[in-house]
Parts: sequence; structure tokens; C-alpha cells
Amino acid sequence: MAATIPIKNITEPYVVEDNERHTFLVNRRAFVDPNVLAQEQAAIFDKCWLYIGHESEIPNNEDFLTRAVGGRELIFVRGKDGTARAFFNTCPHRGAMVCREKKGKGKMFRCFYHAWTFDLEGKLIQRPEAERYSEAAQEGMHNLVQVAKLEQYRGLYFVNFDDAAIDLVTYLAGAVEYIDLTIDHSEVAMEIVGGMQEYGFQANWKLLAENSFDAYHGLSTHATYFDYVVAAGGQFGETLTATAEPTDLGNGHAVIEYGAPWGRPIAKPVAAWGDEGAAECAEIHKRLEERFGKERADRIANNNFNMVIFPNFVINNIMAITLRTFFPEAPDHQHVKAWTLAPADESASMRERRLYNFLEFLGPGGFATPDDCEALKLCQKGYTNLTNAGWNDISKGMGQDPIISNDEEQMRIFWREWDRRIAGMSS
Amino acid sequence: MSLSVTRADIEDLLYLEASLLDTWQLDEWLTLFEEGATYWVPPAGATDDVTPDTTLFYVADDWFRLTERVKRLGKKTAHVEFPKSKCRHLVTNVRLLGGDDDEFSATANFVTYRTKAGDTETYLGHHNYRFTMIEEKIRIRKKTSFLDIDNINSQGKVSIII
Repeated sequence: MAATIPIKNITEPYVVEDNERHTFLVNRRAFVDPNVLAQEQAAIFDKCWLYIGHESEIPNNEDFLTRAVGGRELIFVRGKDGTARAFFNTCPHRGAMVCREKKGKGKMFRCFYHAWTFDLEGKLIQRPEAERYSEAAQEGMHNLVQVAKLEQYRGLYFVNFDDAAIDLVTYLAGAVEYIDLTIDHSEVAMEIVGGMQEYGFQANWKLLAENSFDAYHGLSTHATYFDYVVAAGGQFGETLTATAEPTDLGNGHAVIEYGAPWGRPIAKPVAAWGDEGAAECAEIHKRLEERFGKERADRIANNNFNMVIFPNFVINNIMAITLRTFFPEAPDHQHVKAWTLAPADESASMRERRLYNFLEFLGPGGFATPDDCEALKLCQKGYTNLTNAGWNDISKGMGQDPIISNDEEQMRIFWREWDRRIAGMSS
Repeated sequence: MSLSVTRADIEDLLYLEASLLDTWQLDEWLTLFEEGATYWVPPAGATDDVTPDTTLFYVADDWFRLTERVKRLGKKTAHVEFPKSKCRHLVTNVRLLGGDDDEFSATANFVTYRTKAGDTETYLGHHNYRFTMIEEKIRIRKKTSFLDIDNINSQGKVSIII
């Protein structure tokens, strides 16, 4: 083997793409080095659009929730005027978090430390002994600090901490098409169902970005899940092999789209759902055809997709829809937030099938997600050998025609953007 | 119909259950259940009245999926539990809440430790049980394990039977 690629003891660069030899390597230091994490915070999480939540989580005026996003503690609130806003959850006085509830409804936030009180637009409306402050300290300087940018696309809200950031829709680029394919499931509105799953595990956050749209690992990592699908009456003849080309959506976002053996509550029945489920799916499919024509209806009903919106927002539209975001608490630990999204106008029986589907694959008690997390933990532990075994290979499919979704092009798209942003920082 | 069991009878069953789980005898564990039984693990911090049709649980197994869960955990390809983790299920504060032999309920507090690859995770909370008597034996009709913690950031998963 030619020795043009150093395989040990190297510190730079992080990503080595060789389009003549068709190899793509990632330096394992990118997963373990605290300096890399600091660079990621500055070059990625402080600059990119980050998902904060869905409109249905604060449906009414005066609804609020608190959530950590991008290393910050935020309040996401719908004001008396119906406008959604995001504030840093810290008192301008001495810094205490002004809201300690995960979610709720109210007319104001009061920091209990010295009883400074803010309205839902963030304005300081009351503090004890206010007359003891100078004139300069009276007006405006003690309001809650608003996040630089909060924008939404079709009910999905994102924040950006960079005043100079491009607008959300421009940033989302080609991902908009796949968000549309998801939100169009409903004629009324989509909603988050049943709250948020929060869990953590000892693996670098980028491992979950890769894993979230890695089709290659499916059959080996999730063998027990596919055993279960067969036992539950799934038509396994429909192969999971993802043969379509992965799509580069721009700005580091990518997606794979494919057919699969499991049932989809948006109109792809399986035997286990019986005649009643099949009839209901047919009805849903008919409405989709009326709304979008046959081709798009078939695509919405039958096609799964896994999409990573750079850097850390996943929409996996599979046997149910999961939204997922994850953030590093250390190079080797991440915190995951996950939700499921469903049509608000869905029948109770289809909702039941949807949630059943979700839990059998997804989440901390599912038949699949815990095995993913185990694999990612093993990767992280394996990186302790990086001095002697220093590179990840993400070359699958390079030089092939066509490149398919079971290859690794979607991960290369992620890594090219990651590398561009990190390299841009050190230059 | 009257209730013929005492708290001590229920404690015996729960200690047996804990022992079967600690020793990974899951097929035997399943025989403690009535056919058609359910096993639920609501999200961390949930209140006793939650149901899986409106709340996103970690586990909401009907009988079919519970039997499939046991089958899965018996396989080497259940990667998260291979090699098998070491478990210790502690059960305490058992209270018989009443009912009759057709259906009666009990609650118990628990701490479950899971150790794998040098890391020990702690799950703590309370179980709510519904039981029935079948041929003079107590059988579990429904087990719900509530995690009385904020989230599972340090545990990461619910891959064992709590």
C-alpha cells in the first residue's frame, strides 16, 4: 500500500480527502481533543442555526419552556402578542437563572434571588428599591438579553447566536424540501407528541451525526430489530438497502431517501395493522393524492429519509418521525434531546400505531437506539488508541458510479463542512 | 371476592423477580406474568397517571413486544447487553394497596444498579404492580417502573429490565 497517507502520530489535518485514490480519512483527534471542542464551540455552535423547539411546544400566548441549546441556557416563550422569543436564562443583575421550570405558563419571570421581575418581552418591570439605582441604571440596561436571532420554518424554530448570520431559510438550503415533505403529512399542523426524551452517553457528538444517517450499519447493528420486524409481520422482501444517491442539500446538510420493510403511519401499512389499518392508510393516501398528486403522495407515504441539518439537528422520517438534537458536554460525552412529531389531525388509532412504532426502534428503551449508543461508545473508547491507530475511514462508495445511500457520501458532506468551518477558524 | 395474599407473599414474589433479573433468567422471569401482561417504563420524572398514548415512554410493551424484548435480550446481537451487564435489583418499601384475588395492586421502591465495562449506572424510582391470582399463584398483570429522576443523562438508556 502506498504510504501517501500518514497513519499514525499525526496532529494535522483533521480531514484528508484524496479524490485520485478515492479515500476519505478523519483524524480521530477530532473526537477527543478538548481544543477541538473549543474550536467547535466558536466556529460551529456560535455561528450555525441550532434547533430550539417546535411551535406546538408553546402553542398559546404566555406559554414558555426552558432549554439548553448550543451551550446556553435559554427561555423560549410566546409573548402576550403571540410572538415567539428566545432569551438567555440569566438575570442581568447577578446572573441567576430567572426561570427554573421546564415549561409552564405565566405573565412574567421573576428571579427569586432579589426579586427582579421581567415581562414576557424580557423587559424589567419591577425590582425592590428601584430608586436606589442611578438614572443610567434605570432605563433599558437591565432587560433580559435576547438571543441574536430566532427564526422558524414551518413551525421548526432555530436560534443563532451570531448577529451576522444569514437568514434561516437560506441556511437550510435544500433541507427545506425535506422539511416540506415532513410537515405536509398534516392538512392542519404537526405537533410534538408526548414530550421530550433526554439522555446522554459517552461518545463525541459527531459520532451521532454520522450514525443518524448511516444506512451501512443497519443490518449488522440492528439485527435484533429486523428479527422483530419479521416477527411482527413486516414485509422484509422490501429491502432496506438504500440504493438511491445521497443528496447534498448545501451548507453541510445531507439526506438519504429509501424504502424499508416497516409500516409508516403516513399511509404505508404492514400486515400487523390488519384490514382496519390498511383501510385507514388507503384513506390517508387518497387525501395525499388529492393534495399533491400521485407521485408526491407515493413519496410521502412510502419513502423514508434520514437527514442531518448541520451541525446537530436530525429529522429521521422512518417508522415514525423523530427530531433529535445533541450537544457535546465534553469531547467524549453528549446530551441528546429527542421528540416525535405527528399530524395533529391524526386518528387515535393511527397515533397509537405511530407511538408503538417509535418505541420499538427509537429512544432509550427501543430495540435499536441503545445498540447505536453502544456502538458509538465503543468508537470513543477505541480512540484511546489514536496515537497508534489514528484515522477513521469514510471512503465507502468513492469512485463508484453511482454512489448510493448505503455508502458514506452523506458523512463526507458533513465532514467537509465541519472541516471548512474549523479550518477557517485556525487560518 | 376476597384477597388471599399478604404483603409477605408479594415481597416473596418481588424478591424472586429481582433474583431472576439479576441472574438474567428472563424466560423464567416472563413466567411470573399473566399472558397478555404489559410492561411500561414512562419517561424520567413522570407522574403515576401518565399513559403511553399521550406521553412518549421509554418502554410501553404489550405482551407481544414484551416477549420479543426477552427474545432480543437473549441474543448476542443485542449489542448493548453483550457481554451481559451485571445487575442488582433492590426492592423495598413494599405496600399492598388492595383489591381482590381477581386483581390487586402493590407498589414498591427500587434501586437498580447496572454495571458494564467499568461503569455503574443507577436507576431509582418506584414500581406500580397490578397482579392477579392464577391457580393460587400470584401473576403480574401490569408492571410500570417509574424513574424518580430528572432525566437519564448519566444512564443513557433503559436496556435492561428495571
